[in-house]
Amino acid sequence: MNQYSRNLVFSITPLLCVLTLWQGAALLVDSSTLPTISEVSRSFYYHLNEGNMLEHLVITLFRVSVSFAIAMFLGVLIGIVMGAYPDLDKAGDSILVIALNIPALVTILLCYIWFGLVEASAIAAVAINKIPTVIVMIREGARVVDRDLLAVGQVYRISPLRFFFKVYLPQLYPFIMASARSGLSLIWKVVLVVELLGRSDGVGFQLGSFFHFFDIASILAYTLAFAGIILFIEGLIMRPLDRYIARGGYGQS
Amino acid sequence: MVNLEVSIQSKMYSGHQQVLGANQFSVNAGEFVAIVGPSGTGKSTLLNMLSGLEPCSEGEVLLNQKPLSSHSSCDIGYIFQQPRLMPWLTVQENLRLVTPSASITAVNEQLKKVGLAGKGELYPKQLSGGMQRRVSIARAFLTPPELLLLDEPFVSLDAPNADRLRMLLLTLWQEHKPTVVFVTHDLNEAIQLADRIIFLSSAPGAVILDKDVDLPRPRVESDTSFQYWKTQLLTRRPGLLEGEVCEPILRSMTGGLA
Repeated sequence: MNQYSRNLVFSITPLLCVLTLWQGAALLVDSSTLPTISEVSRSFYYHLNEGNMLEHLVITLFRVSVSFAIAMFLGVLIGIVMGAYPDLDKAGDSILVIALNIPALVTILLCYIWFGLVEASAIAAVAINKIPTVIVMIREGARVVDRDLLAVGQVYRISPLRFFFKVYLPQLYPFIMASARSGLSLIWKVVLVVELLGRSDGVGFQLGSFFHFFDIASILAYTLAFAGIILFIEGLIMRPLDRYIARGGYGQS
Repeated sequence: MVNLEVSIQSKMYSGHQQVLGANQFSVNAGEFVAIVGPSGTGKSTLLNMLSGLEPCSEGEVLLNQKPLSSHSSCDIGYIFQQPRLMPWLTVQENLRLVTPSASITAVNEQLKKVGLAGKGELYPKQLSGGMQRRVSIARAFLTPPELLLLDEPFVSLDAPNADRLRMLLLTLWQEHKPTVVFVTHDLNEAIQLADRIIFLSSAPGAVILDKDVDLPRPRVESDTSFQYWKTQLLTRRPGLLEGEVCEPILRSMTGGLA
């Protein structure tokens, strides 16, 4: 068995085990609260072809993308500043600890109350929830940048822009990737809560509607559809970025 | 080419820890000067002050009679103890990082000069320690520097590799004639390379002897004249390499022993 086949077997086997367990449990329980794989598949097919699944998925994906971009941009910026300037780090640390510990639900409710039930409130609520965790990770990266490499840039008088993008920022890429990966998984969960509480479209809104009708098959169909999209993003964007960052063996022991 | 004038009264870290004492010397344009001193004497700090990486709190460094800070163009080359190549950039990209205007042809030509033809596409991790040093030498000479600073660049290499790189350095220096300040704790290396050797005292490092090396090049460690010169020096100044101050500061202008 070659390496590719081995990798395929290792990644597929746990998934098959979970599906088998699910199917076995559903057949054993025989209840509408735990539908079988085929029932969920039928529901998925129905929502995709006759319902508005695609439309709701696109709306949720849009909210995830925009809030993710805002959270990453502001989080990286503030994290770099806090990591590079110890005085600012001390000044902002207590606020950061509070921000990290405010429940997502509180932020969402406050944003809706203060700014109204509008798209901007929804996106702001999601971004505010993620920014502190990005700051923490990037700050750690900024604290451990290799001063010896920075000295090369200083001695050879590399232009500030070139210095930032070719010498400084690449040292933060592993930290940015880690926060992006954890960020994506957190953000889409928060987006669903935001949609459930104050929007009239998106996957979260749909899940709320299905909940009212105890339509578990539809809940699982939507969940799997969005999880599939996240897996697609992981394979199409995150992994190629990982390979790019690890070029030349950087970040590997 | 630049003329370097160093006039440092002292250098303190954290306001109270003195790392350097009085250091006053000048280096003529195109001259190769080695600074020798025991470990922990502040040699690297001194070199960092010459490069502008460390501020001169008490004293000044002049390049062609102008303060170091007024030299904004890329005219200083620095070869560090470790090669300090960006691991995420290829060899070519590492060279072009410090000289963006250099063409790929010029970069490849430079790599050929240091014996790395065809290695431009590789990443630093794919090169041996000796090859990485060659890249750092190529980087320093891509735009021939007016002032070249070297901080024990061959310290962790095996003897044959270090010898080859010393020869390469001499060849490039003779070709471009930058003003060179070379820090080392190895007296043989200093004698082999330098026009002049400045000896530092133990910490806080201060100049205790400034001496011309009047041996013809190429200098080979096993040569009688090389060994005689070294033995004479160490007989007259037995504690010199330990940084002991035992005679008034003296510069031999005639080439004879101080």
